[in-house]
Amino acid sequence: MTGVRGVKTVREWMVLALMFVLVARLEAHVQSGQAAGLFTGLKHPISGLDHVLAMIAVGLWGAQLGSPALWMLPVAFPMMMAFGGFMGLVGLPLPGVEIGIAMSAIMLGAAVARESRPSIGIAVLLVAFFAIFHGHAHGTELPKGQSGLTYSIGFVMATGCLHGLGIVIGLIHKWPAGKTALRAAGAIVAMAGVAFFWRAVT
Amino acid sequence: MRVSDARRRVALAGGAVFAAAAFWPAPAEAHLVTTGLGPIYDGISHVLMSPDDLVPILAMAFLAGLNGPAAGRRTLFALTVAWFAGGVAGFYSSQSLVPGAAAAMSFLVLGGLTAADWRLSPGIVTALAVVVGMLHGWLNGAGIAESQRELLGLVGIASVVFVLVALASAFVVSLRAAWTRIAVRVAGSWIAAIGLLMLGWNLRGGV
Repeated sequence: MTGVRGVKTVREWMVLALMFVLVARLEAHVQSGQAAGLFTGLKHPISGLDHVLAMIAVGLWGAQLGSPALWMLPVAFPMMMAFGGFMGLVGLPLPGVEIGIAMSAIMLGAAVARESRPSIGIAVLLVAFFAIFHGHAHGTELPKGQSGLTYSIGFVMATGCLHGLGIVIGLIHKWPAGKTALRAAGAIVAMAGVAFFWRAVT
Repeated sequence: MRVSDARRRVALAGGAVFAAAAFWPAPAEAHLVTTGLGPIYDGISHVLMSPDDLVPILAMAFLAGLNGPAAGRRTLFALTVAWFAGGVAGFYSSQSLVPGAAAAMSFLVLGGLTAADWRLSPGIVTALAVVVGMLHGWLNGAGIAESQRELLGLVGIASVVFVLVALASAFVVSLRAAWTRIAVRVAGSWIAAIGLLMLGWNLRGGV
């Protein structure tokens, strides 16, 4: 299949050439820190195990609860997380941030482990409450010289993707073995939360 | 190797390269892009490379699409015309009188309304489109004047606004499955969250 391989190679080289031409054009102006901000924002939520576990637990719990919690929790979380970030940015203090984050892992992990089914309002309130701590702790950690806008975009997108990952994993809830596995995963998150709590208070 | 397999591999390779290309030029995203192809292309590139303009356009299109075809049709023209008119006014005033936090507010309001999926009349959606268009258009026009570029750049900007709103709002209007509308609402919540953080950055200053 030399012909097909040939076509493939030519197309790839054409696309690569186009990419380099575009890069050369687009770098010809002055603002800086945009991409760095985006990548810092994307990396930040996945750089801390406490944040990662809590976000995935939100997705897992949503998957267990089903609609409408399945989508209401991931809608509520980023907005309240941003509110926490806003508080941090304007200098409003929030006591016990690290403890709040640890408690979020404990409570959300326990909710998944117990397969708790509170009313939708309670579930959203719980998630929204803990989201404020995550936002306050992580939303404001922008390195100097980077773009706040692109950092925020990356930060929110990465957090949303972690929720999505939790929801996708939570789809195993359809099978009996999957239900058990999910509850075990919730217990692991809660135990990790206890470790985070210990670290926060000592 | 079968031809279909080869095509799939070509598509995958091309997709991967384009994804890399999409991320790669990001360091350059900024106001008043210089493409070297003239002011119209500079205007087109500006919108596509500037999330502070691109995201509100998409958010407005999502909101219009969620509110039905009538709102989508009105927004298509209202946002484009208002953006252009605001741009011309900003160009001749040569001053960014609008505070930076106002742009963050458009993220917050449009994202919040999209996330909430409130049913709005086409008139209200149109009014929102006019306000958002005038606001961002003004900032674009003033920026063009301040950097001593040509007003023609606004034609490129308005063209992209028209095309993006047409595509995005028509796409959202066409969504039927419940989960697809929910995905749009989740996108709205992300936009609102980004807007809230932007507002914080603006109030804090320095970024």
